[in-house]
Amino acid sequence: MAFVIPKETYSGKVYPVTIGTGDNAVTFGGENVLPFNGFEGSTPNKPVIAYEIQDIPPSDWPENVKKPFEAVSGDPVKWAKHCQDTLGARAIALRLTGTHPDRENLSAGDAAKTVKDVLSAISVPLIILGSNHAEKDSQVLVACAEAAKEKNCVIGKAQEANYKTIVAAAMANNHKLIAMSELDINLSKQLNILITQMGFDKERLITDPMSSALGYGLEYTYSVMERIRLAALAQNDATMQPPMVADVGMYVWKIKETQALEADLPMWGDLAKRGVLWEASTAASLLISGAELLIMRHPEAVQAVEKFISEMS
Amino acid sequence: MALTGVEIFKLLPKTNCKKCGHPTCLAFAMKLAQRQASLDACPDVSEDAKKLLGEASAPPVRPITFGAGDKAVKLGEETVLFRHEKKFVNPCAFAVEIKDTSREADVLKTIEDVLGSEIDRVGQKLRVDAILISNASGDPKALESVSRLVSEKAAGVPVIISTTDAGAAVSALGYFKDKRPVLFGANANNIESMAKAAGSFKAILGVTANGLDELISLTEKAKSLGTEDLVVDPGARKAGGIIEQNTIIRRAAIKKNFKSLGYPVITFAQRDDNMLESLIAVAGVAKYSSIIVLSSVTKWKSLALFTLRQNIYTDPQVPMQVEQKIYKIGEPTPESPLMITTNFSLTYFIVSGEVENSRVPSRLAVMDCEGLSVLTAWAAGKFTASKIAQFIKEAGIENEVSHRELIIPGYVAILSGAIEDKLEGWKVTVGPREANAIPAFLKSK
Ligand code: B12
Ligand code: SF4
Repeated sequence: MAFVIPKETYSGKVYPVTIGTGDNAVTFGGENVLPFNGFEGSTPNKPVIAYEIQDIPPSDWPENVKKPFEAVSGDPVKWAKHCQDTLGARAIALRLTGTHPDRENLSAGDAAKTVKDVLSAISVPLIILGSNHAEKDSQVLVACAEAAKEKNCVIGKAQEANYKTIVAAAMANNHKLIAMSELDINLSKQLNILITQMGFDKERLITDPMSSALGYGLEYTYSVMERIRLAALAQNDATMQPPMVADVGMYVWKIKETQALEADLPMWGDLAKRGVLWEASTAASLLISGAELLIMRHPEAVQAVEKFISEMS
Repeated sequence: MALTGVEIFKLLPKTNCKKCGHPTCLAFAMKLAQRQASLDACPDVSEDAKKLLGEASAPPVRPITFGAGDKAVKLGEETVLFRHEKKFVNPCAFAVEIKDTSREADVLKTIEDVLGSEIDRVGQKLRVDAILISNASGDPKALESVSRLVSEKAAGVPVIISTTDAGAAVSALGYFKDKRPVLFGANANNIESMAKAAGSFKAILGVTANGLDELISLTEKAKSLGTEDLVVDPGARKAGGIIEQNTIIRRAAIKKNFKSLGYPVITFAQRDDNMLESLIAVAGVAKYSSIIVLSSVTKWKSLALFTLRQNIYTDPQVPMQVEQKIYKIGEPTPESPLMITTNFSLTYFIVSGEVENSRVPSRLAVMDCEGLSVLTAWAAGKFTASKIAQFIKEAGIENEVSHRELIIPGYVAILSGAIEDKLEGWKVTVGPREANAIPAFLKSK
């Protein structure tokens, strides 16, 4: 009996989303198959990795991921240029950590200025992220969305508690938008519906089902992503068809495995390599489960994942 | 496709005699369809029905025990494509390659690395499971001498002999009699002699092909030769090809019940670049490999891969949890500090590990929160002031400790006042947020 490859043809597809402007704009999403299942459908765009930078020096990052940016991380503009020019970043994610009330409590105006400065120094797409303080983010991101008008940035993250103002700002200034919910497919669907009901075009959305680090809840993110992707493809559920982002670096570089010294835990092996692999393997797993956009920190981890992606396609 | 409950019912005696422990034959049939019962439970089923049902109810991916004794690993037996549907059954095995061209000192070093690879994580013991000895030299004597070394120095570790030379295989397999090794390397040219060699040592046969069509003809050939315990290599070595072939194999087995591909898959991830090798292994762990061959045992690589395997193979419905009780760490006296946390395994093992690191003898009260982490349990209303107060009262802790101070996780600082209101005479102290700050915190108390 001749073997017929059991191919799946799905009725749905993931929206392609383009960010940035001009020659350096990038597009991700657009496939009509599960991740890396190009043998049965079309995968027009490769996943994109954005380098994470911050508006303030990364005092809370562990030594091993601080070091590669030592010379530039005192200034977000230098940091961004370094990622673009030296590391070859295809996109940059600026996290406005300094605006958090428990950190420097920088104002929305300060943040907007940083955004402007960074944008005038780079030509690759910019992702603008708040400090994950729901109230403060809704002021900060509104100001930043305006400051970045017409640059086709990504604004994030809109959450249930603050989405209204952020959605309005992204819409008024022609940006893309990350909608984040907490590890639950129904919450994610619900938030996407609420946002599109405000008149926001669903093809401009990016879903963040919430990341977690390898060993610290990865299996939850992994399965929520797989379920979202199956809903998009097999059930043709339009509310689940935006591409997904995995915000990997911030979850990975706070856990013990990326910080404990080999001298204290000899069984865990070389700390520098361990940290890089932790970020890279978290990222690779989430690509396999459905992410099209990654936000990462360590240059070696990014390079390893880039190699992995090119082997995949 | 597997049979439905109704199809199975038609084959049962239909007497509703209840000897199977189910109220009716239909109820039993439904359980069989969900693979929650075994046909053996019905004493009256006919031989014909047994044969039909046996074939239909055989797991779509053949279960195979690789190795013998307490280091044996189970392979295959999977029933779903996605982990959210149902728990993946048998975690993939990691094997490290030893080439028979290596110097003896290097062979011994790798054996030592394998034996010392075991790590305890979240209460599970994880290790590099197996050794693959490859006949890179092409010389049967070299293969034999490394095999002897491995059988002496790594006794009990499951072994894969990789060669295309059946003669060489026979002398190597001699060292692993009754140890259920894998003989890997059966291809279109040698399958008859390889199947014979494997058969005479009760070894599992590893079939290697260039693509799926060839693989199917080889597994069918092996079956016709009476060899059914197989592991299969469809040939891909790059990450993309591995995912593609593994996906097609698993899908054919599960959705089509296509027996000729219903075998555990072996994946070769070896690369010069250890980081890239790790990511290829990641693809194998996530997407359906049953054995993953690595080029070296490297601690940082092992830790990440073990952790991923644990994550992918946990039960999606039931978080890993530990028993609710007051755990003693070190040898606490009645004056020793008392801390509280939830019974999510990960939380418990992280926190108890840090308390141990502090070397301050302590009590850790672990409260049943259905296996949720501190913040998740708090958000779900399972780790609340009144539940904590009730637990402390009912656990009999007031007889064990002479003080009345309870240390709570920093992330639930908000609960401190409410707990004090509900636990008369107690003082609540807010501990650090992250467990890694616990040693400094306890030492400074
Ligand atoms: C995985 C996860 C889930 C999983 C459950 C996993 C589990 N078994 O608990 C699922 C998907 C089921 C889930 C569900 C929900 N979740 Co949830 N979840 C997470 C996530 C990503 C990781 C949690 C985790 O495993 N942490 C690791 C463990 C080890 O952490 P831990 O128990 O807190 O322990 C640490 C410290 O607290 C400390 N510690 C622990 N004990 C002690 C004791 C002492 C004395 C001391 C000093 C220290 C200490 O040490 C540990 C290591 O540092 C977090 C976000 C995040 N990244 O943290 C959200 C998070 C906890 N979830 C959240 C929410 C809101 C929910 C839901 C209510 C919402 C929803 N999505 O439906 C539900 C509720 C569940 C229910 N049954 O109703 C929120 C909680 C918000 C808040 N601030 O209260 C979080 C923080 C996400 C967020 N940013 O909003 N969640
Ligand atoms: S033991 Fe067999 S015959 Fe009796 S009720 Fe169960 S299935 Fe029916």
